[in-house]
Amino acid sequence: MSIANTAHSVVEPSPNTRRLAGSLVVLYAVVTMIPLVWIVLTSFKSPDDAISYPPKIVFTPSLEGFCNLFTTRSRQTPEFIRTLGPPQGLCDDIARSRNMVVAGPSNYVPRFVNSLIIAFGSTVLAVALGTLSAYGFSRFRVPLKDDLLFFILSTRMMPPIAVAIPIYLMYRTIGLSDTRLGMILLYTSVNVSLAVWLLKGFIDEIPREYEEAAMIDGYTRFQAFVKVVLPQATTGIAATAIFCLIFAWNEYAFAVLLTSGNAQTAPPFIPIIIGEGGQDWPAVAAATTLFLVPIVVFTVLLRKHLLRGITFGAVRK
Amino acid sequence: MAEVEIRAVSKAFKKTQAVSDLSLTVGDGEFVALLGPTGAGKTTTLRLIAGLEMPDCGSIRIGGRDVTGDAPADRDIAFVFQQYSLYPHLSVFENMAFALRAPIRRVPEAEIRAKVREVARLLHIETKLENKATQLSGGQMQRVAIGRALVRSPAIYLMDEPLSSLDAKLRGEMRLELKRIQTDLGATILYVTHDQTEAMTMASRIGVIEGGRLLQIGTPREIYENPINAHVAARLGQPAINLLPAVLFAGAPVGARTVGARTEHLTIARGGGDVQATVKRIEHLGDQSHLHLDLGGQSVVTLSDPEARLGAGDIVSLRLNKPLFFDADGGRVAA
Repeated sequence: MSIANTAHSVVEPSPNTRRLAGSLVVLYAVVTMIPLVWIVLTSFKSPDDAISYPPKIVFTPSLEGFCNLFTTRSRQTPEFIRTLGPPQGLCDDIARSRNMVVAGPSNYVPRFVNSLIIAFGSTVLAVALGTLSAYGFSRFRVPLKDDLLFFILSTRMMPPIAVAIPIYLMYRTIGLSDTRLGMILLYTSVNVSLAVWLLKGFIDEIPREYEEAAMIDGYTRFQAFVKVVLPQATTGIAATAIFCLIFAWNEYAFAVLLTSGNAQTAPPFIPIIIGEGGQDWPAVAAATTLFLVPIVVFTVLLRKHLLRGITFGAVRK
Repeated sequence: MAEVEIRAVSKAFKKTQAVSDLSLTVGDGEFVALLGPTGAGKTTTLRLIAGLEMPDCGSIRIGGRDVTGDAPADRDIAFVFQQYSLYPHLSVFENMAFALRAPIRRVPEAEIRAKVREVARLLHIETKLENKATQLSGGQMQRVAIGRALVRSPAIYLMDEPLSSLDAKLRGEMRLELKRIQTDLGATILYVTHDQTEAMTMASRIGVIEGGRLLQIGTPREIYENPINAHVAARLGQPAINLLPAVLFAGAPVGARTVGARTEHLTIARGGGDVQATVKRIEHLGDQSHLHLDLGGQSVVTLSDPEARLGAGDIVSLRLNKPLFFDADGGRVAA
């Protein structure tokens, strides 16, 4: 039938629309990927290549940036270096070619570990507290519910840095400054409001019948929450966890102010990696490249949950 | 199985009185249907018995024990929801095993498997056990929802319009199945529905509920033949009872303002009879026909033999055989 052949679907985009949409997505992806690609490339450049002008796109790859990131080095005379035995490993070899020897490990690994502990610790806490309070707000008659929810939201209305000084003074008094616990508590308190609001939306969508059915089947409310609500809230929990983690992982201002040694995270450490005669750009780029890895891994791991719909309609509305 | 007794229970939601002073006893092994329109308080009654709502006053006893303040889990009841409420993250098997896996029960795994398979066979879903609950048709989901209750042997099964989402054919089949299962198991069931056929065919007693009040309770036959008022009379019968001014008929008892004439109370003839009526329309349903008549400006619907060869405009005469009479408030008046 000619009519059927010429008629076009109202839900399926036409091939031209698809091509246009496809090119826009690719264009956008290229634009957003350039800085990332540039950082990764820079991490494999030698210090000279990193600051050459015009910028080099083709260069001889070097691991000097990564070596400089993980080690501290001291300058020695060529005569002294000749008296040493054979170089110990690749980094020592690179250092000696620049008349230096590896003196010891840098602080990057401990800073990175601090970042991991603080970001994941505060994410777990914020999501756990957020899920419980979101469930409470969603299911129970809480006095002044709307006011309380607004109060929780209002804690996000000012820039967090506005309270940096009071928090700094408080932390110093109670001995929480420059501690991992202090940073975990701080990031948790910032993230928990976001978590409550996001998760309340997700939990509101889960029909109460499920818990009612479970409670009739012999479960307590808490058991019903664990067995029935949590599995169906995984999408929301995963999304919330990613938001919380990204905030805690990238947070810079509080970290600069409240940490100096023991609890310093990677963000305030990375910009102060100094090489000979100024900023060591390949080392900074290497630090940034490695810093991206946990977030990418975490997001990829949770991707399945992010893409899946919430309740796939076993309750007839 | 046990007896369930509701005594003078009331429940209001804000300004809406959902259930008023309702008393009802469901005997051991009895199938009681609560019949009423949407918003009559049927579901609220079930939820009160289940413990999902707390009554404002009155008491609920299950097996002689006062459970008014108990948590749902401690009441030994099973509930089949109108919305199937299958857990979407679990397989059909796990959905049905869910109640048996409750920490308070500690049923051995082998027993759980045996029980779930037995019930699945009963409901003809044994081939679907490994499916996700969301990969089923509506009818299958509803069977799983019923199966989830049947794996247990509770004091009472509470069922909230469990067949309302099925198509007519499946509903007819499930009606027979459910009645057979109830008889086989000797189960006590309180069943809520707005479908008179379900109530008439399955229930040993029907409670007619409206505006949160239990208007009448009795066997399907009692309710049908001997309704206490016009409301109850209008609930049962297909086509619905014709409520006509008593003045149209000679011989109505004193005080009767309305005559309730079901189809079997009306005899149609071409001549003679008590009153004359005009045929307005005939609906042919195959095995029978609905005859729409005009009786002195009142509409009357009754059944007629498809062989009767009546047509629009024909004049017929009607004779009343032992109809029901109601007073000005709708209450029954003895003939």
